[in-house]
Amino acid sequence: MNGGAHYLREQRRWHWAEIVFWLLVPAAWFVFPGYLVLGTQILIAALFALSLDLVMGYAGIVTLGHAAFFGIGAYVAGKLGQQGWTEPLSGLFIAAAGAAFVAALTARLVCRGNDLSRLMITLGLGMLFYEVANKASSITGGLDGMLDIVISPLLGVFAFDMWGRTAYVYSAICLFVGFLLARHLVRQPFGLALHAVRLNPVRSGAIGIDNTRALSRIYILSAAMAGVAGALLAQTNQFVAIDVLSFQRSADVATMLIIGGLGQLYGGLVGATGFLVAQDSLAAINPVYWQFWLGLVLILVVLFVRGGIVALVRRMAQRLRHRQQRRQP
Amino acid sequence: MLINGIAVLLDGFAYGALLFLMSVGLSITLGLMGFVNLAHMAIAMLGGYALVTGMSMLGWSFFPALALAVVVTSVLGVVLERGLFRFVYGAPPLAQVLLTVGALFMIAAAATYIWGPGLQAVTIPEFLEGRLRFGPVGFSRYRLFLLLVGLAVLGLLHVGMVRTRFGAMVRASVDDQDVARSLGIPVDKVFMGAFAVGSALAALGGALSVQAMGLDPGFGLKYLVLALLIVVLGGAGSIMGTFMASMLIGIAIIAGAYYMPAMGAFIIYLLMIVVLTLRPTGLRSMRRRHP
Repeated sequence: MNGGAHYLREQRRWHWAEIVFWLLVPAAWFVFPGYLVLGTQILIAALFALSLDLVMGYAGIVTLGHAAFFGIGAYVAGKLGQQGWTEPLSGLFIAAAGAAFVAALTARLVCRGNDLSRLMITLGLGMLFYEVANKASSITGGLDGMLDIVISPLLGVFAFDMWGRTAYVYSAICLFVGFLLARHLVRQPFGLALHAVRLNPVRSGAIGIDNTRALSRIYILSAAMAGVAGALLAQTNQFVAIDVLSFQRSADVATMLIIGGLGQLYGGLVGATGFLVAQDSLAAINPVYWQFWLGLVLILVVLFVRGGIVALVRRMAQRLRHRQQRRQP
Repeated sequence: MLINGIAVLLDGFAYGALLFLMSVGLSITLGLMGFVNLAHMAIAMLGGYALVTGMSMLGWSFFPALALAVVVTSVLGVVLERGLFRFVYGAPPLAQVLLTVGALFMIAAAATYIWGPGLQAVTIPEFLEGRLRFGPVGFSRYRLFLLLVGLAVLGLLHVGMVRTRFGAMVRASVDDQDVARSLGIPVDKVFMGAFAVGSALAALGGALSVQAMGLDPGFGLKYLVLALLIVVLGGAGSIMGTFMASMLIGIAIIAGAYYMPAMGAFIIYLLMIVVLTLRPTGLRSMRRRHP
């Protein structure tokens, strides 16, 4: 009778592959103890990519300016630390609120209109915030970046050490909490409503979904999550560079998500890992080549593997299962 | 004050003419196929590099090298279109955006590899150097030249769209692709032709802008926002609209730089957001327009 609720309940169940995936996060701590700083960056980028997945993969809003919220979160958290509000957890919340507030102000602009105007608006907003941060150098430090950020120990116990141990655990927990939230959200009727809006806004409107409202809500939520990611970066680095707001960052995070796979929750996490590990090894050789390979990968992914790595793995797993079933009739 | 105003206005027109040349191709391809080509300004940039290379490596003088740049870049544009872009015509905008951003990155990286990260310079012919004086108002000859080229291209494009068979086919395809196709218009070929013309004009704009705006591998990204803004302001597919929007933006930028230097690029982005808020489909709407 109640097919929808049954479907959602099925979707909410944890697959063993998901559990294995999450066990990799603590495993990496023991296997690569020397790479915890990179690991922290991956976790933060993964959270940022996850936030983009909500708005781009699930709601279908093509945005080229998501770094705006990442940057706002980073600057808010950085400013708090600089001005003496050194407690990290409340800093995260305030940063999230700041990003969400700006998103709420701009949501109306972004959520109506067609794909092209959304693209333009988000691109323009992203550039606008970059320009604001650049000009307001008395507050943000401009091109020199924001210095003298002090963050007191997490929960009053765990100080941020220079090997990035606290930062890694802190970021991992934040990512996991963010992921649980996102996972819960997209497996609600609200998540299905977003699917409907993305696939066909006219019909979704006809069955009683308030398109603009649904899109605005996910946009604000996603901005808050991006703000948390930015705040994490500011707190763990204790420095904010202006490139948190740059177009490159928006393009990078979109690339991570596309490589990993859109609209599958894990795409951003997988993509961020692949992207940053590759960047760490390739960009060290030459940053220009890195941009070249990045462009090539983008093109190849769009042409040949829509759905990214996650979809690829899923397809392969399916094929294996079919083969096994055929073998034992 | 008034004299300054006139000078700013003229400079703005010249700048607008450059922007028009560079963005009209984007407008046509967007209007024709709904294809979001974020690599368009990278093509314009290649025109600039082709001019620099033609002059420094081959030792050609300005105008032959300019012609070479236009031809080479337009061929390159068609190669890109046939070899890459046409695979995502029916695809969702996101796929187009990512594919063309990928192309933009690759072209920028290749340009850095070949020509180095520094600013490029060209020597313009002597008769374009210096300033002309109209009474109290001084005006750079090169800027005047840019303005004339812009107007000439506008006139040629307008005549081409209104008077020629190809122009009629382009207009028909922009208006309704499906009906145009069912009437036997080879929409794909029309699009390829339009892409070649757009790339040629972008190359012309890019090559002429080396002297006025400077050229480095970041060009393709730096002017992308302006081009997109112009297309959205002018309405995709409208030549006259693109021209007017280019002039508006050109004047806004020059006047902004002259009267409010502290505001910087701020004005442009603000203008874009305001316009898009008021008119999400541009000053001239997508479906009701003339060539």
